[in-house]
Amino acid sequence: MTTPAAVSRQERESALIAAILDGDREKFHDLIRPYERQVYLTALSLVKNETEAEDVAQEAILRAYRKLASFRGDAKFSTWLIAITLNEARTRLRDEKRVLLDSLDNQNLENGDYTPAALTDWREVPLEALERLEIRALLGQAVAALPAAFREVVVLRDMEELSVNETAEALGISIALVKVRLHRARLLLQKRLAPQLRIELKSRKKSGILQRLPWF
Amino acid sequence: MVLKCRHVWDHISDYIEGTLDPAVRADVEKHLAHCEICSAVLDSTRNVIILIADDRVFELPVDFSKRLHARLDMVLATESPEPG
Repeated sequence: MTTPAAVSRQERESALIAAILDGDREKFHDLIRPYERQVYLTALSLVKNETEAEDVAQEAILRAYRKLASFRGDAKFSTWLIAITLNEARTRLRDEKRVLLDSLDNQNLENGDYTPAALTDWREVPLEALERLEIRALLGQAVAALPAAFREVVVLRDMEELSVNETAEALGISIALVKVRLHRARLLLQKRLAPQLRIELKSRKKSGILQRLPWF
Repeated sequence: MVLKCRHVWDHISDYIEGTLDPAVRADVEKHLAHCEICSAVLDSTRNVIILIADDRVFELPVDFSKRLHARLDMVLATESPEPG
Protein backbone atom coordinates (compact mmCIF):
# COMPACT_ATOMS: atom_id res chain seq x y z
CA MET A 1 0.00 0.00 0.00
CA THR A 2 1.49 3.35 -0.95
CA THR A 3 0.03 6.06 1.22
CA PRO A 4 0.87 9.77 0.77
CA ALA A 5 2.94 9.56 3.99
CA ALA A 6 4.92 6.63 2.57
CA VAL A 7 5.56 8.54 -0.64
CA SER A 8 6.83 11.60 1.20
CA ARG A 9 9.03 9.43 3.42
CA GLN A 10 10.49 7.82 0.32
CA GLU A 11 11.13 11.21 -1.26
CA ARG A 12 12.77 12.45 1.90
CA GLU A 13 14.99 9.38 2.00
CA SER A 14 15.96 9.67 -1.65
CA ALA A 15 17.01 13.27 -1.03
CA LEU A 16 19.04 12.26 2.03
CA ILE A 17 20.75 9.43 0.14
CA ALA A 18 21.61 11.73 -2.76
CA ALA A 19 23.07 14.29 -0.32
CA ILE A 20 25.14 11.66 1.50
CA LEU A 21 26.53 10.27 -1.74
CA ASP A 22 27.26 13.83 -2.74
CA GLY A 23 29.52 14.27 0.30
CA ASP A 24 27.18 15.38 3.08
CA ARG A 25 28.01 12.26 5.09
CA GLU A 26 26.58 13.53 8.38
CA LYS A 27 23.09 13.13 6.96
CA PHE A 28 23.44 9.38 7.35
CA HIS A 29 22.54 9.85 11.03
CA ASP A 30 19.14 11.22 9.99
CA LEU A 31 18.61 8.53 7.36
CA ILE A 32 19.16 5.70 9.83
CA ARG A 33 17.48 7.08 12.94
CA PRO A 34 13.91 5.93 12.13
CA TYR A 35 15.14 2.35 11.57
CA GLU A 36 17.35 1.71 14.59
CA ARG A 37 14.76 -0.33 16.40
CA GLN A 38 13.84 -2.32 13.31
CA VAL A 39 17.47 -3.21 12.63
CA TYR A 40 18.03 -4.23 16.24
CA LEU A 41 14.90 -6.41 16.37
CA THR A 42 15.81 -8.07 13.09
CA ALA A 43 19.26 -8.89 14.43
CA LEU A 44 17.78 -10.13 17.69
CA SER A 45 15.39 -12.41 15.78
CA LEU A 46 18.40 -14.42 14.64
CA VAL A 47 21.10 -14.14 17.26
CA LYS A 48 18.92 -14.27 20.41
CA ASN A 49 21.43 -12.43 22.56
CA GLU A 50 21.20 -8.71 23.21
CA THR A 51 24.91 -7.93 23.07
CA GLU A 52 25.40 -9.84 19.87
CA ALA A 53 22.26 -8.30 18.36
CA GLU A 54 23.59 -4.82 19.07
CA ASP A 55 26.88 -5.74 17.47
CA VAL A 56 25.14 -7.14 14.38
CA ALA A 57 22.93 -4.05 14.19
CA GLN A 58 25.93 -1.72 14.24
CA GLU A 59 27.80 -3.75 11.63
CA ALA A 60 24.73 -3.87 9.37
CA ILE A 61 24.24 -0.12 9.59
CA LEU A 62 27.92 0.53 8.82
CA ARG A 63 27.64 -1.83 5.88
CA ALA A 64 24.56 0.02 4.65
CA TYR A 65 26.57 3.25 4.80
CA ARG A 66 29.51 1.80 2.88
CA LYS A 67 27.26 0.19 0.26
CA LEU A 68 24.82 3.07 0.01
CA ALA A 69 25.69 3.75 -3.64
CA SER A 70 24.43 0.27 -4.52
CA PHE A 71 20.95 0.99 -3.12
CA ARG A 72 18.53 1.18 -6.04
CA GLY A 73 15.35 3.08 -5.46
CA ASP A 74 13.20 0.20 -6.74
CA ALA A 75 12.99 -1.36 -3.25
CA LYS A 76 12.16 0.49 -0.06
CA PHE A 77 15.18 1.63 1.89
CA SER A 78 13.88 -0.19 4.99
CA THR A 79 13.56 -3.50 3.10
CA TRP A 80 17.09 -3.12 1.77
CA LEU A 81 18.40 -2.34 5.25
CA ILE A 82 16.64 -5.34 6.78
CA ALA A 83 18.01 -7.64 4.10
CA ILE A 84 21.53 -6.39 4.93
CA THR A 85 20.88 -6.98 8.63
CA LEU A 86 19.63 -10.53 8.08
CA ASN A 87 22.67 -11.20 5.96
CA GLU A 88 25.01 -9.85 8.59
CA ALA A 89 23.35 -11.95 11.30
CA ARG A 90 23.45 -15.09 9.17
CA THR A 91 27.12 -14.63 8.34
CA ARG A 92 27.78 -14.40 12.05
CA LEU A 93 25.78 -17.56 12.76
CA ARG A 94 27.48 -19.41 9.95
CA ASP A 95 30.84 -18.50 11.39
CA GLU A 96 29.70 -19.99 14.64
CA LYS A 97 28.26 -23.03 12.86
CA ARG A 98 24.92 -22.63 14.57
CA VAL A 99 22.86 -22.48 11.40
CA LEU A 100 23.03 -26.19 10.67
CA LEU A 101 21.61 -27.17 14.04
CA ASP A 102 18.85 -24.64 13.78
CA SER A 103 17.84 -25.73 10.28
CA LEU A 104 17.63 -29.33 11.48
CA ASP A 105 15.34 -28.24 14.29
CA ASN A 106 13.06 -26.67 11.75
CA GLN A 107 12.44 -29.78 9.67
CA ASN A 108 8.84 -30.89 9.33
CA LEU A 109 7.49 -27.95 11.25
CA GLU A 110 5.84 -26.51 8.19
CA ASN A 111 3.78 -29.62 7.55
CA GLY A 112 3.05 -30.69 11.11
CA ASP A 113 -0.39 -31.11 12.55
CA TYR A 114 -1.39 -28.43 14.92
CA THR A 115 -3.84 -28.03 17.77
CA PRO A 116 -4.27 -24.63 19.37
CA ALA A 117 -4.89 -24.04 23.04
CA ALA A 118 -8.68 -24.18 23.23
CA LEU A 119 -9.30 -22.10 26.32
CA THR A 120 -12.65 -20.45 26.08
CA ASP A 121 -12.22 -18.51 29.29
CA TRP A 122 -9.27 -16.54 27.98
CA ARG A 123 -9.60 -14.23 25.03
CA GLU A 124 -7.85 -11.02 25.67
CA VAL A 125 -5.05 -9.50 27.66
CA PRO A 126 -5.34 -5.73 27.67
CA LEU A 127 -2.32 -3.73 26.49
CA GLU A 128 -2.07 -2.21 29.97
CA ALA A 129 -0.91 -5.62 31.17
CA LEU A 130 2.36 -4.94 29.33
CA GLU A 131 3.25 -2.56 32.14
CA ARG A 132 4.01 -5.74 34.02
CA LEU A 133 7.44 -7.19 33.63
CA GLU A 134 6.24 -10.81 33.92
CA ILE A 135 3.85 -10.39 31.01
CA ARG A 136 6.54 -8.82 28.83
CA ALA A 137 8.94 -11.61 29.77
CA LEU A 138 6.41 -14.32 28.84
CA LEU A 139 5.86 -12.74 25.42
CA GLY A 140 9.57 -12.19 24.80
CA GLN A 141 10.42 -15.76 25.76
CA ALA A 142 7.67 -17.15 23.53
CA VAL A 143 9.02 -15.29 20.50
CA ALA A 144 12.60 -16.28 21.35
CA ALA A 145 11.58 -19.93 21.64
CA LEU A 146 10.19 -20.09 18.09
CA PRO A 147 12.31 -21.95 15.53
CA ALA A 148 14.48 -19.43 13.66
CA ALA A 149 12.60 -19.60 10.35
CA PHE A 150 9.34 -18.78 12.13
CA ARG A 151 10.85 -16.16 14.39
CA GLU A 152 12.21 -14.19 11.41
CA VAL A 153 8.79 -14.03 9.81
CA VAL A 154 6.99 -13.07 13.03
CA VAL A 155 9.52 -10.35 13.82
CA LEU A 156 9.31 -8.80 10.36
CA ARG A 157 5.57 -9.13 9.80
CA ASP A 158 3.98 -8.91 13.26
CA MET A 159 6.52 -6.89 15.23
CA GLU A 160 8.08 -4.60 12.64
CA GLU A 161 4.84 -4.61 10.66
CA LEU A 162 6.27 -5.10 7.21
CA SER A 163 3.74 -6.30 4.63
CA VAL A 164 3.74 -9.96 3.62
CA ASN A 165 5.37 -8.99 0.31
CA GLU A 166 8.09 -6.93 1.99
CA THR A 167 8.75 -9.79 4.43
CA ALA A 168 9.17 -12.19 1.50
CA GLU A 169 11.48 -9.75 -0.26
CA ALA A 170 13.66 -9.12 2.80
CA LEU A 171 14.01 -12.83 3.54
CA GLY A 172 14.40 -13.87 -0.08
CA ILE A 173 11.60 -16.45 0.18
CA SER A 174 8.23 -16.80 -1.57
CA ILE A 175 5.08 -15.06 -0.40
CA ALA A 176 3.43 -18.47 0.00
CA LEU A 177 6.19 -19.60 2.36
CA VAL A 178 5.90 -16.41 4.40
CA LYS A 179 2.18 -17.12 4.84
CA VAL A 180 2.72 -20.74 5.86
CA ARG A 181 5.42 -19.86 8.38
CA LEU A 182 3.47 -16.93 9.73
CA HIS A 183 0.44 -19.11 10.28
CA ARG A 184 2.40 -21.82 12.10
CA ALA A 185 4.29 -19.28 14.16
CA ARG A 186 1.16 -17.45 15.27
CA LEU A 187 -0.54 -20.68 16.28
CA LEU A 188 2.58 -21.82 18.16
CA LEU A 189 2.60 -18.50 20.02
CA GLN A 190 -1.10 -18.83 20.83
CA LYS A 191 -0.64 -22.40 22.03
CA ARG A 192 2.19 -21.48 24.37
CA LEU A 193 0.95 -18.12 25.53
CA ALA A 194 -2.77 -18.67 26.04
CA PRO A 195 -2.34 -20.97 29.07
CA GLN A 196 0.55 -18.93 30.48
CA LEU A 197 -1.19 -15.59 30.20
CA ARG A 198 -4.39 -17.03 31.59
CA ILE A 199 -2.61 -18.25 34.73
CA GLU A 200 -0.70 -15.00 35.05
CA LEU A 201 -3.88 -12.95 34.83
CA LYS A 202 -5.86 -15.18 37.17
CA SER A 203 -3.21 -15.12 39.86
CA ARG A 204 -3.10 -11.38 39.51
CA LYS A 205 -6.85 -11.08 39.91
CA LYS A 206 -6.85 -13.20 43.04
CA SER A 207 -4.00 -11.37 44.68
CA GLY A 208 -5.71 -8.12 43.72
CA ILE A 209 -8.82 -9.14 45.64
CA LEU A 210 -6.75 -10.36 48.56
CA GLN A 211 -4.99 -7.06 48.73
CA ARG A 212 -8.26 -5.19 48.77
CA LEU A 213 -9.77 -7.30 51.51
CA PRO A 214 -7.96 -6.45 54.75
CA TRP A 215 -9.15 -9.54 56.64
CA PHE A 216 -7.10 -11.94 54.46
CA MET B 1 -19.61 -25.72 3.11
CA VAL B 2 -19.74 -26.80 6.75
CA LEU B 3 -16.27 -26.60 8.26
CA LYS B 4 -14.83 -28.58 11.13
CA CYS B 5 -12.83 -26.82 13.86
CA ARG B 6 -9.55 -28.13 12.45
CA HIS B 7 -10.27 -26.55 9.08
CA VAL B 8 -11.12 -23.26 10.70
CA TRP B 9 -7.76 -23.27 12.55
CA ASP B 10 -6.02 -23.70 9.20
CA HIS B 11 -7.52 -20.41 8.09
CA ILE B 12 -7.00 -18.34 11.23
CA SER B 13 -3.89 -16.51 10.10
CA ASP B 14 -5.33 -15.61 6.68
CA TYR B 15 -8.58 -14.63 8.35
CA ILE B 16 -6.71 -12.18 10.57
CA GLU B 17 -4.74 -10.90 7.57
CA GLY B 18 -8.02 -10.36 5.73
CA THR B 19 -6.74 -12.33 2.74
CA LEU B 20 -9.23 -15.21 2.76
CA ASP B 21 -11.24 -15.90 -0.33
CA PRO B 22 -14.74 -14.40 0.29
CA ALA B 23 -16.53 -17.77 0.03
CA VAL B 24 -14.15 -19.40 2.54
CA ARG B 25 -14.40 -16.37 4.77
CA ALA B 26 -18.17 -16.70 4.84
CA ASP B 27 -17.86 -20.39 5.82
CA VAL B 28 -15.36 -19.53 8.56
CA GLU B 29 -17.63 -16.80 9.91
CA LYS B 30 -20.59 -19.15 9.91
CA HIS B 31 -18.59 -21.60 12.01
CA LEU B 32 -17.24 -18.91 14.34
CA ALA B 33 -20.76 -17.67 15.06
CA HIS B 34 -21.69 -20.87 16.85
CA CYS B 35 -18.34 -22.36 17.94
CA GLU B 36 -17.08 -20.92 21.17
CA ILE B 37 -13.77 -22.77 21.02
CA CYS B 38 -12.83 -21.46 17.57
CA SER B 39 -13.91 -17.92 18.35
CA ALA B 40 -11.78 -18.02 21.52
CA VAL B 41 -8.81 -19.35 19.53
CA LEU B 42 -9.29 -16.54 17.02
CA ASP B 43 -9.58 -13.86 19.71
CA SER B 44 -6.56 -15.07 21.65
CA THR B 45 -4.41 -15.40 18.52
CA ARG B 46 -5.36 -11.90 17.46
CA ASN B 47 -4.60 -10.65 20.97
CA VAL B 48 -1.17 -12.34 21.01
CA ILE B 49 -0.34 -10.59 17.71
CA ILE B 50 -1.35 -7.23 19.17
CA LEU B 51 0.66 -7.82 22.34
CA ILE B 52 3.92 -8.88 20.68
CA ALA B 53 3.76 -5.87 18.34
CA ASP B 54 4.05 -3.57 21.35
CA ASP B 55 7.41 -1.83 21.66
CA ARG B 56 7.59 -2.63 25.35
CA VAL B 57 8.06 -6.37 24.73
CA PHE B 58 11.55 -5.96 23.28
CA GLU B 59 13.14 -2.74 24.37
CA LEU B 60 16.32 -1.38 22.89
CA PRO B 61 19.31 -1.81 25.20
CA VAL B 62 20.03 1.30 27.28
CA ASP B 63 22.13 3.80 25.27
CA PHE B 64 21.92 1.65 22.13
CA SER B 65 21.36 4.74 20.03
CA LYS B 66 24.15 6.70 21.70
CA ARG B 67 26.70 3.96 21.05
CA LEU B 68 25.52 3.49 17.47
CA HIS B 69 25.83 7.17 16.56
CA ALA B 70 29.20 7.48 18.29
CA ARG B 71 30.48 4.60 16.18
CA LEU B 72 28.92 6.12 13.06
CA ASP B 73 30.65 9.42 13.82
CA MET B 74 34.04 7.71 13.70
CA VAL B 75 33.30 6.04 10.37
CA LEU B 76 31.64 9.07 8.76
CA ALA B 77 34.64 11.21 9.70
CA THR B 78 37.07 8.98 7.86
CA GLU B 79 35.19 7.09 5.12
CA SER B 80 33.01 7.90 2.14
CA PRO B 81 30.51 5.34 0.89
CA GLU B 82 32.09 3.01 -1.65
CA PRO B 83 31.59 4.07 -5.27
CA GLY B 84 28.54 2.34 -6.79
